[in-house]
Amino acid sequence: MSLAQKGRWVALAGLALLGGVYVRALAFTPIERFQGPAQKIFYVHVPAAVTTELAVILVGLAGAFFLFLKDPRLDRFAEASAEVGTVFAAIVLVTGPIWGKPVWGTWWTWDARLTSTLFLFFLLIGYQVLRGAVADPGLRARYCAVLGICAVVLVGFVHMSVYLFPTLHPQPIVIRPGKPALPPEMLVTLLMSFGVFLILYAGFVMQRYAIAEQRVGATHG
Amino acid sequence: MGELWAQAWAVARKDLVLEFRTRTALLSTVVFTVLVLTVFNFGRDPTAVATIDLAPSVLWVTFTFAAMLALNRAFQLELENGALEGLLASPLSPRGLYLGKLLANLAFVGVVQAIGLPVFVLFFDVPVGHVWLPLIGVIALATIGFVAVGTLFSAMVIRTRFAELLLPVLLLPFLLLPLTYAVQATARLLANRPLSELSGWLKLLAAYDIVFLGLASLLFPHTVDE
Repeated sequence: MSLAQKGRWVALAGLALLGGVYVRALAFTPIERFQGPAQKIFYVHVPAAVTTELAVILVGLAGAFFLFLKDPRLDRFAEASAEVGTVFAAIVLVTGPIWGKPVWGTWWTWDARLTSTLFLFFLLIGYQVLRGAVADPGLRARYCAVLGICAVVLVGFVHMSVYLFPTLHPQPIVIRPGKPALPPEMLVTLLMSFGVFLILYAGFVMQRYAIAEQRVGATHG
Repeated sequence: MGELWAQAWAVARKDLVLEFRTRTALLSTVVFTVLVLTVFNFGRDPTAVATIDLAPSVLWVTFTFAAMLALNRAFQLELENGALEGLLASPLSPRGLYLGKLLANLAFVGVVQAIGLPVFVLFFDVPVGHVWLPLIGVIALATIGFVAVGTLFSAMVIRTRFAELLLPVLLLPFLLLPLTYAVQATARLLANRPLSELSGWLKLLAAYDIVFLGLASLLFPHTVDE
């Protein structure tokens, strides 16, 4: 079985499991007292946001290793991870306002967390624009590695700044000092959803990596 | 270390002499800056919004665009006649090249700002009399951050398609952060707040400068090596 086919199966399994997570989220997880049913979107929004950050960090790490090892596979992985990360960032940016409208009464606010996600999205778009603008593969890989590393450092800076601005956004509830601040049923659903998003990420990256590999084959052959 | 600075100085001097002899780029960037300030003046309703509330944003948006324009030309002038290949073939170290370009860009942007700031004060009637020294400090800190990242990216984009368009797309997300810090610091300065209130923003600006200067000089050799 080729990598693309494997990736397709992993992604399909991830989508099926996502369906399962939502059956659990809608039918077997309690409704949040203040936010009502709108809170159900949380099980997509939060895992998507975490996966986006993971994707960006992996792009930066792959870039850093690429500059030392010069292994083109690292560049192909970064390419795949950035594109999948863009999709997840788009999911965060779409699900956020859908939740924000009923709960906050507004689609968008220039809150620090919203802004930092938008930052990620812009960085990922810029990364792909750069990829498309360099013709020479060796040069493209090095430029993208440099940009990827800078992007990760910038994201670190944005995170540091986020804590300095007053925020409207709910505070972290799982990873925080003390115990997680949500009931066990919700926590289990959330953790399952995290797992499913990691599977989806892996499946999409595998497929995208296979495409990158085919492109290399096409230009050489 | 001394060797590195000697190389940097050689590159910076070459760029600045070139700039001084032609003056086209400098002149057009200055005119652009004054034009943007004029556009801002017409792009607002003076009866609805007090000038002073808008002033920090106007200043920083203008300086960001001016810096972008200046950075676009930094490596552009090395493209003609394969000058960049010549520079790389010379005994010049890539880090020396980066530092030299950085110094030349800082000087270039500094001159534009030195003309832009008085025009801004005049156009927007900003009371800077007692805060001009800290204001220049804020501008210097933010500009170092802008130029540190911008010099690195401008070396990358020149060998791509649509370089002039690509630089803003890549660079603006990186400038937003120092821009935010600088606007906050400037607003507090112009509102006559005590200096202790802006020390946090100045520290963030300084941290940004140090991190990105270090990172850019570390990564720059990878953008020019063959």
